[in-house]
Amino acid sequence: MPKRKVVLTFPDKLTEKPLTYHLVKDYNLAINILKAKIVPGEEGKLVLELFNGSEESILAGINYLKDQGIHVEPLSQEIVLEETACINCGSCTAVCPSQALTIKAPDWKLNFDKEQCIVCEMCVNACPMRIIKVSF
Amino acid sequence: MKTYAEINEKIKQGKAVVVTAEEIIELVKDQGYEKTAAKVDVVTTATFGPMCSSGAFLNFGHSDPPIRMGKVWLNEVMAYAGVAAVDAYIGATEPSETQGLKYGGAHVIEDLVAGKRVHLKANSYGTDCYPCREIDTWIGLEDINQAYLFNPRNAYQNYPVAVNSSEHTIYTYMGTLLPHLGNATYSNAGELSPLLNDPYYRTIGIGTKIFLGGGVGYVAWQGTQHHPSQNRADNGVPLSTAGTLALIGDLKQMKQEFLRAAIFERYGVSMYVGVGVPIPILDEEMLHYTAVSNHELKTTIVDYSVPKRVKPNYGQVSYAELRSGSIEINGKKIPTAPLSSLAKARQIAEILKEWITKGEFTLTEPVESLPLQSKPQSLEIREKERE
Repeated sequence: MPKRKVVLTFPDKLTEKPLTYHLVKDYNLAINILKAKIVPGEEGKLVLELFNGSEESILAGINYLKDQGIHVEPLSQEIVLEETACINCGSCTAVCPSQALTIKAPDWKLNFDKEQCIVCEMCVNACPMRIIKVSF
Repeated sequence: MKTYAEINEKIKQGKAVVVTAEEIIELVKDQGYEKTAAKVDVVTTATFGPMCSSGAFLNFGHSDPPIRMGKVWLNEVMAYAGVAAVDAYIGATEPSETQGLKYGGAHVIEDLVAGKRVHLKANSYGTDCYPCREIDTWIGLEDINQAYLFNPRNAYQNYPVAVNSSEHTIYTYMGTLLPHLGNATYSNAGELSPLLNDPYYRTIGIGTKIFLGGGVGYVAWQGTQHHPSQNRADNGVPLSTAGTLALIGDLKQMKQEFLRAAIFERYGVSMYVGVGVPIPILDEEMLHYTAVSNHELKTTIVDYSVPKRVKPNYGQVSYAELRSGSIEINGKKIPTAPLSSLAKARQIAEILKEWITKGEFTLTEPVESLPLQSKPQSLEIREKERE
């Protein structure tokens, strides 16, 4: 099933429009809100994961957003882990909300699944070795 | 029954049977206590966790003209110089005066061990015999005299699980604790951990030779806050913080891989220290102690959101439950995360096993045992000397 992570930047006048409602109702998409910064009267940012539809319906949904005057771009930020410096302590897994970072039996080595990562950046400061960074 | 001398003789001949504290569990299940006790000579234990109470004594050698160093900084981190002329102690948690919590004493120690030179600044009031008042130079481990790690409190015998019941995220030495019991962190190697495998300190005592930070070290003394009187389970294992060790070892032998500076967000600097302790299987009793598994080792769940000396707790949980990935508190499933590295602890236990198997590392009988009775004092706030 196709999935798309997108970053929406929208002008202040659009912050009160029920955008996600229309994506669900009119385009039959499922939505995960990964990150949101919406303050009435200010430019808003929303990071969404769109799925539960065909490639076409996802594109139609994105086009709808663009038509509303929203700037849409693919989520290009990613979490980068300097693996050779990692001590496999597991501290980062304590704060990871999407289970992208996991540590478990049998080997108890840190596993990073980029697909699951929502780039919330919680791990960046939770890493005692400071070897997790956000890359653009 | 085996003696230290007999075990050491076998080690020297390359005939000693050495297994890790994880391997011994399976071995006992397979072959029973009697047979295994006769067969196995040494069990290796290890841990690699954050141990704030760590630091190093350094002797810089004398400059010309000489200085009696009054204040000392290494890469802008203050070291304690209130000892003789060119001696200083750099504590792991001391923050940098210019970078704050991004760099500290532990980073200085790690940089030195990694072979880097660090910036040494010192000043003094000057004396007749030590006229120099200021030093500004660069030093590395190869340039200075003695450099030894002396850690006042390491290798805690058990440690609580940390949770946070408050409405807000809190930042602690147990990591970032999410609100509403959002996560639980723990920091112990469990069945591989040194003092959990010798609960009454029968073989781990003053003078015990150990693996420390990649080199050879020793147990110097009981650690600070040594608390052997902690409540214990039927198998003798304490149910929360208990015994501790003061450790000493030559920094010049150590490796960066086993001594790593750490930053705990909004808390401060600490240091991950690699410790490996061999336990001789003198008799079946020692085998019973070392054969305990994560199912039989328990610790206490403590609420870190209460900023008091005595914090509320949510009862006990086994290391097997902690390692399963989640625990239950009041019917709520809470994800668990370790802070100490089991992968690294296993690596250390294997290295120590190899040293002993190859005949390079023999065991030492403690010169003196660690106390079995003592309780940490609390600090009372008094208005005057006598009240």
